Amino acid sequence: MRHTLAVLVENKYGVLSRVAGMFSRRGYNIDSLTVGVTDDPTISRMTIVVMGDDEVLEQVTKQLNKLIDVIRVTDLKSEESVDRELALIKVNSDVTNRSEIMQIADIFRARIIDVASKSMIIEVTGDDGKITAIEQLLRPFGIKEMVRTGKVALRRGQKSS
Amino acid sequence: MTESTEKMTGARALIECLYREGVDTIFGYPGGVLLPIYDEIYDADIRHILVRHEQAAAHAAEGYARATGKTGVCIATSGPGATNLVTGIANAYMDSIPMVVFTGQVPSSLLGNDAFQEANITGITMPITKHNYLVQDANELPKVIKEAFHIASTGRPGPVLIDLPKDITVQEIDFYYPDKVDLRGYKPTYQGNLQQVKRAASAIKESKNPVIYAGGGVISSDASKELIELAEKIKAPVTTTLTGMGGFPVEHELFLGMPGMHGAKYANYAIQESDLLIAVGARFDDRVTGKLKAFASNAKIIHIDIDPAEISKNVKVDVPIVGDAKWTLQKLLKYAEPAQSEKWLDRIAHWKKVHPLHYVEPATGDGIKPQYIIEQITEACKDAIIVTEVGQHQMWAAQYFKFSEPRTFITSGGLGTMGYGFPASIGAKIARPDKVVFDIAGDGSFQMNSQELATAVQENVPVIVAVFNNGYLGMVRQWQELFHNRRYSATCIQNSVDFVKLAEAYGALGLRATKRDEVRPAIEEAIASGRPTVIDFVVEEEENVSPMVPAGAAINEILDLERKE
Ligand SMILES: Cc1ncc(C[n+]2csc(CCOP(=O)(O)OP(=O)(O)O)c2C)c(N)n1
Ligand SMILES: [Mg+2]
Repeated sequence: MRHTLAVLVENKYGVLSRVAGMFSRRGYNIDSLTVGVTDDPTISRMTIVVMGDDEVLEQVTKQLNKLIDVIRVTDLKSEESVDRELALIKVNSDVTNRSEIMQIADIFRARIIDVASKSMIIEVTGDDGKITAIEQLLRPFGIKEMVRTGKVALRRGQKSS
Repeated sequence: MTESTEKMTGARALIECLYREGVDTIFGYPGGVLLPIYDEIYDADIRHILVRHEQAAAHAAEGYARATGKTGVCIATSGPGATNLVTGIANAYMDSIPMVVFTGQVPSSLLGNDAFQEANITGITMPITKHNYLVQDANELPKVIKEAFHIASTGRPGPVLIDLPKDITVQEIDFYYPDKVDLRGYKPTYQGNLQQVKRAASAIKESKNPVIYAGGGVISSDASKELIELAEKIKAPVTTTLTGMGGFPVEHELFLGMPGMHGAKYANYAIQESDLLIAVGARFDDRVTGKLKAFASNAKIIHIDIDPAEISKNVKVDVPIVGDAKWTLQKLLKYAEPAQSEKWLDRIAHWKKVHPLHYVEPATGDGIKPQYIIEQITEACKDAIIVTEVGQHQMWAAQYFKFSEPRTFITSGGLGTMGYGFPASIGAKIARPDKVVFDIAGDGSFQMNSQELATAVQENVPVIVAVFNNGYLGMVRQWQELFHNRRYSATCIQNSVDFVKLAEAYGALGLRATKRDEVRPAIEEAIASGRPTVIDFVVEEEENVSPMVPAGAAINEILDLERKE
């Protein structure tokens, strides 16, 4: 099972390697990890997607909490949270298929952010399913390069994470 | 800010901070980047113990901490000095011992340049410290030191490292020592959940075959008295792990000895047959549990630990209580009622009678059995502090010494570090000069840090090293005998050195016992001498530690290995 954790940490030198080091030392697999500063400049927020059953999740949470620089860990259950990821996809294209690709982008509410004679770059935002879907539709044209930000997520409603 | 500030260098500030933390002794070794700090140490009101290898500084600081409960402090220079500390830091981390470690570092401007004697010690020690710091501005130094002592000594204790680039130590600051620490990411839970305590109490009341399994947490939270009271009140037998030894008096009728691989048979049988296992400050290490699936499989488990991450890490727990052992036991004492354990205690008494710990004296001749030495040390000096190295001798010490109070057994449990004992015994003796301190040593282990004889002699620290000289890396040899067809690959170390002459070369007292009736006089002479002493006990070569649960077996699948001559 995939779990998404929101991890608030001190915005300090070395914190990322403490967190990453804990995962590798204890043998947990990180699916994706994103970091960015929060509205409080002394706090960063990591969104970590980790694979494992409930026991793994419990241990990961506890081990994260043991790190002095970790302030809070929240398990963002999918039904209680929204998550997004952004991908940039550079796909082969020329005059013959450009409009077809633009149509696909349109359906996914993606944006074309660069057009060259033999390729273009599409920016798409969404959850994992949406990004995988557009990727599959674009594959037949030939994906030259692709980058995903990894997931960011927030809890719905009043409660914060 | 109420306190007036004073201008001083980082180095001077470091000493000021140590005063505020009540540090009276530090163990260390100088080097280039530490010159400003050592210049301050020169006339500081703190005893500095110059070791002969930085590893020993870390172990000695740990020995000091374990003997007193105070935080041990050590210091080493950048690069090799810092890396030499690594084993000692890892050891303290595994056994949860409070320690603050200072390392010198190249000047900030050179960091990351592979400068002379640069090592990324904060990176290296990240997985073996509770926390670490690279100080980037001397103005932060007092706050960092305050936090380090706080983190090291609270919650589940552990080592904290502070890396000090040289420029930090000469930078001038306005000194101000904060009196509080506020770490929003670190708030250990001392008071357990009362609801859970009550659940534990009712589980105790219902149980017929309860066993208390106590670990090092009982020692570090100073909960020995509460442990004894609880055991007596609920009428449950107590087994203590290697690091929990001393937390419950060996001669108490409810004592079961040590559990696990070289534990007493009756301890293992009791755990396996228990219907309620009350774990206090213990972490279900594989040397204790053996095959996990078969461990205490009929028991309900109560686990009291200050570290939430230990709960259900290895064994699924029924009643978890996150909290300080002392606090929680006090509460439990209030609510607990006796278990229904009369028959159980009879069964245990029976097991104790039928399966005692024992060894076979040599039928002929007057050779020395290693277990006999431990018995003689017990008789000669029952309130001694026993420090050990790692190997067979360590297990015999744990099995045969009759500990009667906490902080009298100091051993490398989690990491199993050969070479630990001698420097740790120096630290312990410095902390407790009133105590007789023995290092129970193997001939292999002692040679890993025997250079510290120089430290003991120079600083006049009269510890007694009892070398169990069996000519082998005995514990490994035992496994080779049992599991590798007696093929003694690289474990014979006979005639390594004349330990008596080695001691004398350093100006220590060297004694030797080769016959059984020389054992006690050698012990008495060493104690009476008041000098650092090495006793070379020439013991039976191929004696095995018994009983033994082979690695991976269930803990009631026990081998008897008494050597019959
Ligand atoms: C630093 C280190 N290296 C290797 C080992 C593996 N090891 C465990 S016990 C042992 C033999 C110890 O020999 P000795 O000190 O003579 O004690 P004995 O078992 O003979 O009593 C060895 C090599 C270890 N525990 N620590
Ligand atoms: Mg030996």
